[in-house]
Amino acid sequence: MQERRDGQQETSRRGFLAAGIYGLGSIIAGSLGITSALYLLRGPRKKRGTEWADAADASVLRAGAPAKITFNRTRVDGWKISNQKDTAWLIRNVDGSLTAFSPLCTHLGCAYQWRAEAGPSKNGAFVCPCHGSSFSRTGQVITGPANRPLDRYEVKREGERIWLGSLVKTPRSNA
Amino acid sequence: MAWFPGKDSPLKCMNSIAKKPLTWMEQRTGLATHIRGFLFEEIPASAGWPQVFGSVALFLFLTQALTGILLAFNYSPTPGDAYGSLTYIVREVSAGKMMRGLHHWGASLMVVVVAVHMIQVFLYGAYKKPREATWMAGAVLLLLTLAFGLTGYLLPWDNRSYWGTMVTTRLVGQVPLVGSYLSNLIGAGNGIGVVTFSRFYAFHTVILPAVMVGTIAIHVYLVKRHGVTPRAADSRPTRKFYPSQAYRDTVAIFIAFVALFFMAAMVDVPLEGIANPTDATYVPRPEWYFLFLFQALKYFHGALEPIGSIGLPTAAVIALFAVPFVDRGSARVVSRRAVAIGIVLLGIGTWCALTATAIAGTPKTRSGGTAEQKWTQFSPEEVAAVGYFRNENCGRCHNLGAGEPKPGPNLTGLQRRRTAEWLMQHFTTADPKRQAGREAFPIAEANALGALSTKLTPDSAAILDNEPAELAKGAQIYISDGCGGCHKVNGSGGEIGPPLNGVSERHSEDWMRRHFASPSAMSPGSIMPPYQFSKADEAAIISYLSSLPD
Repeated sequence: MQERRDGQQETSRRGFLAAGIYGLGSIIAGSLGITSALYLLRGPRKKRGTEWADAADASVLRAGAPAKITFNRTRVDGWKISNQKDTAWLIRNVDGSLTAFSPLCTHLGCAYQWRAEAGPSKNGAFVCPCHGSSFSRTGQVITGPANRPLDRYEVKREGERIWLGSLVKTPRSNA
Repeated sequence: MAWFPGKDSPLKCMNSIAKKPLTWMEQRTGLATHIRGFLFEEIPASAGWPQVFGSVALFLFLTQALTGILLAFNYSPTPGDAYGSLTYIVREVSAGKMMRGLHHWGASLMVVVVAVHMIQVFLYGAYKKPREATWMAGAVLLLLTLAFGLTGYLLPWDNRSYWGTMVTTRLVGQVPLVGSYLSNLIGAGNGIGVVTFSRFYAFHTVILPAVMVGTIAIHVYLVKRHGVTPRAADSRPTRKFYPSQAYRDTVAIFIAFVALFFMAAMVDVPLEGIANPTDATYVPRPEWYFLFLFQALKYFHGALEPIGSIGLPTAAVIALFAVPFVDRGSARVVSRRAVAIGIVLLGIGTWCALTATAIAGTPKTRSGGTAEQKWTQFSPEEVAAVGYFRNENCGRCHNLGAGEPKPGPNLTGLQRRRTAEWLMQHFTTADPKRQAGREAFPIAEANALGALSTKLTPDSAAILDNEPAELAKGAQIYISDGCGGCHKVNGSGGEIGPPLNGVSERHSEDWMRRHFASPSAMSPGSIMPPYQFSKADEAAIISYLSSLPD
């Protein structure tokens, strides 16, 4: 009887010690794991406002055809701040408003070009040389494999100068 | 083959779930058998809390490895980027401040735990036959831990690390016979620069971790081979490491981890202004665990200095390795080891006294300037920036240093409140809501103002505030004409042309004037292009160059 009681006490003691080892170990692993996951997987804390770049003169706009413009903008890349060249396709819409497209195909990021004879009505389209995606002058997908419209820069006009702001990713549902 | 140890594990239900893959793994690697070998190792019945420190030290090393690797994901190991990337980690990366805190305070805690572990082994006489090699491997691990601290100290590339490492590298150069070779090995043969930085980074992240892992493996193998040292006259039957001793080790690790976690979360890790080789007034201090050595060196002057800097540390290391061969007696009962206790108390007492003296003698403001510091010791960018500050009427809203309160913040200490990218954005954009009537600054001005804002201290601001206008203008011409691309001034700039400090002692003003007009005529072979300045600009740049100290 006494031996049985001793055996039960020993089992209980070993269970307590094992629970302590696994419990404390889990707290340590959990704390380090959560800190590491936050560090690696969550983006930088600071969200930046729109940085407008003086991109082009309104005279670059030609009737009916998009204009490819190159402009300088300040890029904050991690800890680096650089003044680098950027490119955009600028187009005047029917209502007189302006649209500026990112120069990268929304499929896999190749640089596309404007082809005046492409498109279903042969009235021009943006064509990607990599996998053949094409987009209308409003940025909508004409042929895949791209599955969402061209991304756009925020754009504003001040007098004869055209300013570009942040890049706005276009969601797939707009396609 | 069960992976989890014993039937009493609360996770025993996992045994059945994980049985197949673990059996597969066991049949091919024998991993579970090895782990069980560690967990169910026989240890003396007398083993207890004093024997936990080795496990804690191992845990801290693994934590250092994890946090070090994670820091490397965002850290750029070049002098040009190190400080900026570390600032980015601390201020912008999620949990970045915590990660740096864990790594920094983990290093300090590891030194403490390794030292306590060695003291415990020393007091218990656990280095005696047949455990001499185990002790020596432990001594190597202590030295490696200190070497990690020494090499990691440079990596933030702030003023503290730059000047602290300057002292370290000079000490290395003092080693008799091989000092110059050792200086070259650590890349400091030509002063501290990119080569030194790369070497320290390579030591810290490649060589030392590899050597450390290898030495830990040897140490653990030897501990396992000879077993944990039993207390004297312990005749009780041995017991298994798991669960009693494993529980003690886990509790000790947990206490260390909680202390480390709270230190990382609550105590700011020092990060001063970016390394400034032109700061002639900086009083360097090493990390706290080297302060005793720093203080001891003050008592050795002139020809005796190498005795303090090299002789004593070398003697201490030799003594550490010689311990098992000097003390061959069989006494292992702590209370009967009066000499050992005396040595430990004397060592701790000396260490505490020297460290306390060093702390008491530390100036309150480490990066402060003195009355002797001349504004000419600043880089051309900083001198020019004061000119831009005045030209752009920044003084309407800001003070450089002390002064009547103004709408904008004081520029001194701005680096602690604003990131470099924020400052650049502030300088390069015009925001009518915040800065009425101010235009965006050209990039060269913004760079100079950024350089000034990230380094300004109360003392340097007071000196720069009194900078003569003509010299500021001269520095602005120096910057706008890109002179720094080829020439070095106050430690900053290129090395294609000769350094310009002390140029007025080598050449007259008239010589400089003619040199600007036709460099190759005055200095045959010179590739410098001729410069045509207006009279006023010429006078300003000559005034600036003439003011540079040798």
